[in-house]
Amino acid sequence: MTGLSFNDPFGTLGNLIRTFLLGLGLPAPWVTFIQFLVGSVVLIGATLGGGAIVLIWIERKVGARFQDRLGPNRVGPFGIFQNFADAVKLITKEDITPSGADKVVFNLAPLLVVMSVVGLWAVVPFAPSLIGADLNVGVLYLLSIGGVGTLGIMLAGMSSNNKYALLGALRAVAMLVSFEIPMALVLLVPTMLAGSMGTVQIVDSQATWFVALAPVAALIFFISSVAEIGRAPFDLLEAESEIVAGYNIEYSGMKFGLFMVSEFLHAFTVSALTAVLFLGGWRGPGAETYPLLGLLYFLIKSGAVYFVIIWFRFSSPRVRIDQLMALNWKFLTPLALAVVVVTAVVQKLAEALGWPMTPSLLGANILLALLTLGVLRAYARALRQQVEAQRGPDSAPAGAVGGA
Amino acid sequence: MTLLQIIFLVIAAVMLIGSFLVVTSRRLIHAGLWLILVMAGVAAMLVILEASFLAVVEVLVYIGAISILIIFAVMLTRRVMDDTGPQSTQLWWVAGLVSLLLFGGLLAVFARVPALLVTASELPADQATVLSDLGRSLVDANRFVLPFEVASILLLAAMVGAIFIARPETSVEGGEDE
Repeated sequence: MTGLSFNDPFGTLGNLIRTFLLGLGLPAPWVTFIQFLVGSVVLIGATLGGGAIVLIWIERKVGARFQDRLGPNRVGPFGIFQNFADAVKLITKEDITPSGADKVVFNLAPLLVVMSVVGLWAVVPFAPSLIGADLNVGVLYLLSIGGVGTLGIMLAGMSSNNKYALLGALRAVAMLVSFEIPMALVLLVPTMLAGSMGTVQIVDSQATWFVALAPVAALIFFISSVAEIGRAPFDLLEAESEIVAGYNIEYSGMKFGLFMVSEFLHAFTVSALTAVLFLGGWRGPGAETYPLLGLLYFLIKSGAVYFVIIWFRFSSPRVRIDQLMALNWKFLTPLALAVVVVTAVVQKLAEALGWPMTPSLLGANILLALLTLGVLRAYARALRQQVEAQRGPDSAPAGAVGGA
Repeated sequence: MTLLQIIFLVIAAVMLIGSFLVVTSRRLIHAGLWLILVMAGVAAMLVILEASFLAVVEVLVYIGAISILIIFAVMLTRRVMDDTGPQSTQLWWVAGLVSLLLFGGLLAVFARVPALLVTASELPADQATVLSDLGRSLVDANRFVLPFEVASILLLAAMVGAIFIARPETSVEGGEDE
C-alpha cells in the first residue's frame, strides 16, 4: 500500500485499481469490498484454471519418466495441450447421477472439496506484497479449511448410494481426521519460532529457513500433508484394487473432473505451504526489492517440494490401514508432541542463556531424531524377537517378514 | 445503510432460514448440512466483528469436528435413523408459543436499541496484540488459568473415559499384531 514504484508491481496495480474505483465515486468500504472480490476471482482463476492444468501436465510427464514412459506427447508440443483436450472431454461427457443418490448433497460434495483447496490459497504469500488476505490466524485458518475438505469427501461417499463409495469415505475420514493431529501440533513450531500465526509474518521471520531450525517438524508436516491429500503411499481412500475408486466412484464428467483437479491442486498447495512455512516462502537474494523475483523463488521452492511428492507417489507402494494408523498414532503424534516441547524449551533456554539460536535448535532436533531412530530400532528388534519366539526354533529363517 | 450492515443482514437471513430448515428437514443428513450452514454463518458474523480467532475456531471445531462427528454418526446408523413418523408431536403449538414469546421479548428489548444508527466502535488497530493477550490470559494466574486447566482436566477425563468404553473387554494384551 505504498506509493507508485516499479519495484512493487502488485502494490502498484492494487493502488491503480483503488484510485480508479474511488475516481468513479464509490465509497471507500465498497472499493475495498470490490478489490477483495476481484482479488479472489483472480486467485481462483489462476489456481484452478491455469495452475491445475499445468500441474496435471507436469505430474503426468514426470510420473511417466519415473515409470520409463514418455507420457502425453501427441497434442501440441510435448503434449502440453493434452489436458485441454481432456477438459473438453470431461465437460462434454454425460453427467450421471446414480439412482437413489441424494441429489443435492451429491452435487454439493465436489464443490466443497474444490472450495477447501482453493480456500487455502487465500493465505499463501506469493511475493512480498502479493497475498489474498494477511490473516493473523493464518495457520489456524489452514487447518480449519482442511476440515471442510474432509466434509466434502464424506458427503461424496455417503450421497452416492454405493457401498464402495461409503467404504472409501469411511477410510478417508478416519485417515484425514487422524492426520490432522500431528499436522496441527507441528504447525505450532513455525508459529512459536515466528511468534505469530500469520503466514506473512512467518515468512518475514525466516532469515534462516525454519527447515534449518526445525527439520523434524518440517518432515512431520510434509508426511502428514501428503497423507492429508490422500496420495500414494497414503491413497487407500481410493485404492483401485480394493474399493474400486473410493469415494468418487459414482462421479462422472466434470464433477469427477473437479475431484481430480482438486487433488492435483491440493498436492501443489501443500507443497506451497511447506515452502511458506519451512523453506522461507518468497525469500531469496533480491526478493525484497523485486517482488517478481520473490514470486519466482516461491514457485521454484514449491515446485521442488511438489517434485518430491510426485516422486513419493510413483515409487512407494500403498500402506495398509492398520499400518497407516500405527504410523500416525504411534509414531507421528508422539514425535510431534516431543518436537513441540523440545522447540519451546530450547528456544526459551537459548534466549535466556544467550546461546546462538540456530545451532542449538538444530542440535536439539538432531538429538531428537537420533533418539527416535534408537527407539524405533529397539521396537523393531523386540517385535522381531516376539515373532521368532512364536515361530519356534525349527521353522523358516526369520527376516523375510517385516513387523506390523 | 453501510456495506457492513447489508452483509450482516444477508448473513442473518441465511442463518435464520438455515436454522429453520435444521428443525424441519425430513432427512437427518440434510438437517446436519443446514446446521453446518448456520455455523458458517456464525463464523461469518465473528469475522464481521473482527474476532478472527473465534471465527477460525468456530470453523475448525464446529464445522471441522463436531458436524463431521454428527454426520458420521448419521452415516453409520442410516437404517436406524430413517424416520418415517410424523415430524411434530401434538404439543407443537406449546413449543411454538414459547418460542414466539421469547422472540417477542427479545424483539422488545432490542427495539430499544437504535440498531441501525449505531456505528461499530473502533477496535484496537493492532489485532496481533488482542490475540496474544487472549493467549496470555489463559496462562495468567490472575486471570483464566484455573478455568482453563479445569476444562483441560475435564476433557482429559472424557477422553480417558471414551477410550475405556471403546476398548474391547477381551484380550488386554496382544498389542498390534493380532
